[in-house]
Amino acid sequence: MIRAAVLAGIVLALPAGAQDRRTGYDDMSPALQAMQDDPMNPAAFWLIDGEALWSEPAGTRGQSCADCHDAAEDSMAGVAARYPAWDEEQAAPVDLNGRIALCRDRHQGAGPQDRADPDILALLAYVTHQSRGMPLTPDPDPRLDPARARGETLFTTRMGQLNLSCAQCHDDNSGGHLAAALIPQGHPTGYPQYRLEWETLGTLERRIRGCLTGVRAEPFAPGSADFIALALYLQSRAAGLQVETLPIRP
Amino acid sequence: MRGRGMRRRCAKPLAAEKRRRGKVGLNPTLRATLAVLALSGTAAGADGLATPLTATPGDPARGAQIVTDPQHGLCTLCHAGPFPQVAFTGTLGPDLTGVGARRTLADLRQQIVDSRRANPDTIMPPYHSTEGLNRVGERWQGTTLMTAQEVEDVVAYLATLTGDTP
Ligand code: HEC
Ligand code: HEC
Repeated sequence: MIRAAVLAGIVLALPAGAQDRRTGYDDMSPALQAMQDDPMNPAAFWLIDGEALWSEPAGTRGQSCADCHDAAEDSMAGVAARYPAWDEEQAAPVDLNGRIALCRDRHQGAGPQDRADPDILALLAYVTHQSRGMPLTPDPDPRLDPARARGETLFTTRMGQLNLSCAQCHDDNSGGHLAAALIPQGHPTGYPQYRLEWETLGTLERRIRGCLTGVRAEPFAPGSADFIALALYLQSRAAGLQVETLPIRP
Repeated sequence: MRGRGMRRRCAKPLAAEKRRRGKVGLNPTLRATLAVLALSGTAAGADGLATPLTATPGDPARGAQIVTDPQHGLCTLCHAGPFPQVAFTGTLGPDLTGVGARRTLADLRQQIVDSRRANPDTIMPPYHSTEGLNRVGERWQGTTLMTAQEVEDVVAYLATLTGDTP
């Protein structure tokens, strides 16, 4: 009863239009939804790898993630729903991918990692899986606000030779078709995702690179401040939607 | 956004009336000046681009190829039309069936060269303008989506789309 009232309060407090937000999953065919719902879908192999890597000693210090964080089921629950977050040492926002790379570097002595490294992707899948079904809950740290505002500006700025903004496709024309592709609302609920077109697991960064090269714009450099700003804005735009794992997309 | 585009089009003079006005013999210098003004973006563009961009008349067959090639013209990403050979056409722009009957050549040319002149909020890419673009990818910097001759070919093809069925 109380719970229902609280939920109703949340629904009423959401911005206009938030109640008809749709994730990429909602927009997929029943066949693809069934594939995502199958716990042994193609993304599962990455999850299995990630689980093994969690307790594997790595780097010059020979430490594993588990040595610092114990069971991921407890320590990592809700983390992916909250990121990007503020990193004190860099005094800048980092995304989950960046946080994992920083832990590998700072605490394991494993050196700098490529953000698309298969081990990082596997760990990302495993950590994200611990937030399965949880609502995206943007980190309220006010130090993130300027980057989030920058992300909104980027989202609404026309870019590339085709001169289109993210908002023109994902706010104004979502639900329409670009040739055969249904334009989704563009919510970052299912990352890293197994995309059939890629035949592998990929990050939000890779997805957005696809949208940008599609409009013939210069993609954001991996892990750049602008990419993280955009990720922060996308996450606040999707606040309340649930984290999907193991996500599949066409 | 699309709604606004539609309303704007309806408010324009009828195509036939515009065609007549186009024929009133402007002297060539004045015509060229008007075209330059339109290209520099100072003319509001209400009357389109009457002067062809090249001396070679557009080739409708080449235009058809460009329009129906999803990699080249990209038109069918957004527009349906009388293109049975294209398996999937998008829904973001109006159906191009009969567009040659409802729009003048000058209108069609302007819509392709830079659709922002008729509708600043348009989502249709500017095919022959680099004005005001932002963050263009390195590979495409300083280039336009179509050459002047390709624009003429596409315009010549669109003008042939006068039937009212696909
Ligand atoms: C020309 C239209 C267009 C533009 C501009 C565009 N996108 Fe997309 N975007 C798409 C389409 C179409 C898809 C779905 C592709 C598919 O699944 O086949 C998509 C997918 C996405 C997704 C995946 C959502 C999911 O469910 O996983 C995200 C996130 C996204 N876009 C973000 C962005 C951002 C951020 C920008 C701007 C930097 C942008 N897009 C610009 C058309 C566009
Ligand atoms: C990203 C979407 C998009 C692409 C790509 C696109 N258009 Fe358009 N087009 C539109 C929209 C939207 C309109 C409605 C008017 C406006 O907003 O400019 C339009 C209008 C038109 C019109 C006027 C139609 C009428 O009914 O009067 C013509 C002609 C046209 N487009 C031709 C083309 C051609 C040819 C191409 C490719 C070379 C093309 N378009 C590519 C979105 C697009």
